[in-house]
Amino acid sequence: MLYFIARRVAAAGLMLVALSVLMFGLLRLTPGDPVSAYIDPAVPMSEADIAALRHRLGLDRSLPVQYLAWAEAAIHGDLGYSTQHERAPVRALIAERAGPTLLLMGSGLLLATIGGLLFGIISAVRANDWLDIILASLSALGISAPVFLVALIGLFVFAVRLGWAPAGGIATPGVPVTAGDVLAHLVLPAAVFAITQMTMTMRFVRGALLEALGQDYVRTARAKGVAELSVILKHALRNALLPVVTLVGANLGAAVGGAIFIESVFNWPGMGLLLVNAVEARDYPLIMGAALVIGAFVLIVNLLTDLLYAAIDPRIALR
Amino acid sequence: MNHQATWRETWQAHPLAQAAGRFAANPLAMAGLLLLLAMLLPVTCYPLLPGAAPNAIDLTALNAPPDAAHWLGTDGVGRDVLARVLQGGRISLIVASSAVCISMLIGFMVGAVAALGGSVANAVAMRVTDLAMTLPPVVLLLVLASVAGQGIAPTILVISLLSWPVLARLVRARLLELREREFVIAARGMGGGAWHIMLRHALPNCIDVLIVFATLQLAQAILAEAGLSFLGMGIPPPAASWGNMLNAARSTVVLEHYPWQWLSPGIALLLTELAINFVGDGLSAALNPRSELG
Repeated sequence: MLYFIARRVAAAGLMLVALSVLMFGLLRLTPGDPVSAYIDPAVPMSEADIAALRHRLGLDRSLPVQYLAWAEAAIHGDLGYSTQHERAPVRALIAERAGPTLLLMGSGLLLATIGGLLFGIISAVRANDWLDIILASLSALGISAPVFLVALIGLFVFAVRLGWAPAGGIATPGVPVTAGDVLAHLVLPAAVFAITQMTMTMRFVRGALLEALGQDYVRTARAKGVAELSVILKHALRNALLPVVTLVGANLGAAVGGAIFIESVFNWPGMGLLLVNAVEARDYPLIMGAALVIGAFVLIVNLLTDLLYAAIDPRIALR
Repeated sequence: MNHQATWRETWQAHPLAQAAGRFAANPLAMAGLLLLLAMLLPVTCYPLLPGAAPNAIDLTALNAPPDAAHWLGTDGVGRDVLARVLQGGRISLIVASSAVCISMLIGFMVGAVAALGGSVANAVAMRVTDLAMTLPPVVLLLVLASVAGQGIAPTILVISLLSWPVLARLVRARLLELREREFVIAARGMGGGAWHIMLRHALPNCIDVLIVFATLQLAQAILAEAGLSFLGMGIPPPAASWGNMLNAARSTVVLEHYPWQWLSPGIALLLTELAINFVGDGLSAALNPRSELG
């Protein structure tokens, strides 16, 4: 088990290093000389001044040396400065935006897991019944529908036409922020997020539960006269639930993608919107910083779900 | 009397013919195929018609709702939405199918090199695919787009760079098994070179993996193009694409008052995705009949 943990942690660490090399490489692939970002076009500079600036910034050194200097700064939390936002440090911008994204994704994934479990159980219990067919058709629709289209339709129907929810943002501008106000702004984007993420869990729970319901111990429980609800919830579901743990980790990448679209439709001030705006403004330090932080987050959550799953089911670590 | 098999009998015994039979017997897959053809026909043919004018401006009808002159209404500068949906579908399909072709080429080559090229090649190829799969796809898409820039060619490049790792893994898994089979060992023993093994043995034996990947990846690539263009990268206006038409709905006025301008490309996109996914699931079930039993 210890060997398994050590191997997984080392692999994740290596991936993180590789990811940072990739990010740094892409950053240097970008068009334009990085030194030009430091020069005010209104102030003329001599060639010697530019060369001096280049030397001071370390741009005259070799790429591996530049990478090491960048990586050392990145480890200490210095991801450079944005070229917009009045040159704010990238770290401060990301720190400011991480909370709203975690709130949106956390509540959305919670809703999605609950909904996926509920509908998965219903469709497994009523397998091949009309209810199952309706749920299966809805999930096919859900898998095919682009997140941004669902978000636009949700915004159009519930915010514009029905007026049940505010039309975007995280809080009403101009008034002090209250928890209730944020919650009212959160409901619609979180619901859209949950709907688009729910289908996977639902299909998975249905398959796993159907398999468990066919097992001998379920037949034994039924033969003993255990009530049907108790058979489903206590005997079958418990065993079917194990793999659901890994599902959250495995789908996190897709979920992050969904959150980016939802944030930009609902103008939710999170990491996704930050990244999209940075790409629009070609703000490379911010793009790379945000992508690196998101990548590291996904790596760490995947590592944790792997370890958690191995802790629940020791057979995994032995493979 | 010696029975000479007719071409019809030979064909009927062919695995691909049997797969086609299973596909035809699957109602969802056939419905998907019909829907896809119903979408493809106008999208591919319309821009070739002499009257096609997706960029023509009708100043008497700005933001006009659907009527007899403009079946799906017009947009903010008086361009016909139906014409732009059809033109946009063409661009989306061109971008998506080119990207799928490129990513199939990369994916197959990397997978084949990993499986057939020895342990160092295997390790390098697999770590590279790991790395490409670490970042969430949309994030990678955005990062690549920020470096590659806007336009049709950069968008194709970005989308094809995104999707090859999945195929590389599938091909590698298939070929690792194939590598040990007698006919491949025999081909090697008779002096068959790497290209010979790859093209005459590896490729035909991956054909089912490639077909299913191509279909399902087409849906993903259309989605990726639409997503990029929706976020304002990808295909820039005035060229139409379903994504950049949906981008108009990021303005509250369009979202609120002119729903036909964004619902039309949205519904076209949704129907195409549904159709391709049904066809892809049908193909995957038809080519792997054993997977149905599991």
